[in-house]
Amino acid sequence: MEQENKEMEVVPADKAKILKIWKVTGILFLATVIEFIIAFTVDAGAFKTSIFIILTIFKAFYIVGEFMHLSHETKSLIYTIMLPCVFVLWLILALLIQGAAIFEALGL
Amino acid sequence: MASTAVVVEENKNLWDGGGVEPFKASYGKLMMWFFLLSDAFTFSALLVSYGLIRYRHVAFDYSSGPFEFSQAYWPVPEYVFNGMPWLHGMHLPLVFVGIMTFILIMSSVTMVLAVEAGHRNDRVAVEKWMLWTILGGLTFLGCQAWEWTHFIVGTDDGGRLLDGSLFYGANLSMNQYGPPNFAALFFFITGFHGFHVFSGVVINFIIFYQATTGVLARRGTYEMVEKVGLYWHFVDLVWVFVFTFFYLV
Repeated sequence: MEQENKEMEVVPADKAKILKIWKVTGILFLATVIEFIIAFTVDAGAFKTSIFIILTIFKAFYIVGEFMHLSHETKSLIYTIMLPCVFVLWLILALLIQGAAIFEALGL
Repeated sequence: MASTAVVVEENKNLWDGGGVEPFKASYGKLMMWFFLLSDAFTFSALLVSYGLIRYRHVAFDYSSGPFEFSQAYWPVPEYVFNGMPWLHGMHLPLVFVGIMTFILIMSSVTMVLAVEAGHRNDRVAVEKWMLWTILGGLTFLGCQAWEWTHFIVGTDDGGRLLDGSLFYGANLSMNQYGPPNFAALFFFITGFHGFHVFSGVVINFIIFYQATTGVLARRGTYEMVEKVGLYWHFVDLVWVFVFTFFYLV
């Protein structure tokens, strides 16, 4: 029974680490706010879409890198996760082009 | 065939008990990463289909006058998602979905703090931050339930279908907002994401329960919190993409 009540030793919080977490939070929040401003001020088009995609990838970088801690893993793990995703990016681009081609073929 | 003989060195190439960790990550964490990668493919497939179907439809031409719902072109999201609880009939483009995004990002932050507390073996802090995370997840699910209801019930004025009849709201085969595929994709993509949030809340609760009952402390490590944390951040990450491609673009 004695063993069950045993608590592990608590390490005191590292202020710098907590500060870093809130800093990343601020960056994510700011990026979302910028997205909102652009959504209502810039006219629809390729330029607007590219800004959105860049900001989304920017946010994804911070979430995966800092929150999911991937930036601090070994290089081989980083590439194992990242490379397949890069190929998916190509798939997205290829199918967007395909979508436009279908649109033209339909002659709408 | 002596050359094919494999010499098994003691404690080498063994995962369990061998002390060698591929990628210097534990088994559970690595498998979670691989699962998330496969899950990312699923979500990519859904978003890719959305992109393809959207680009094969006519886009709304702003020079042709103010926007109104029509089956002739793909709707502009900010005119579809402009509702807000208790503020009926007001045009508040993307405000509610912005609040939802903020809630999910905040619950991701509390999850990081729970993981950080887990590293320090601080049980009280783990419990506190896990509870906040669960609360954030439930709030998000509630918001999504409202969003879906609003989308399904429709606006006061409704919209014309191709045969000229008036239709209110949306289902899988027709909707007042635009081409049938618009609502179908909305249900599919946000529904699949919502299901992930739901399962995330359930998993978070299980780990929260194990932390409070001392299961994790007895095990000697709070790594479980880190593993479910990975899943929860992934759910948040997917929402970042859904938000951009479904609501903003």
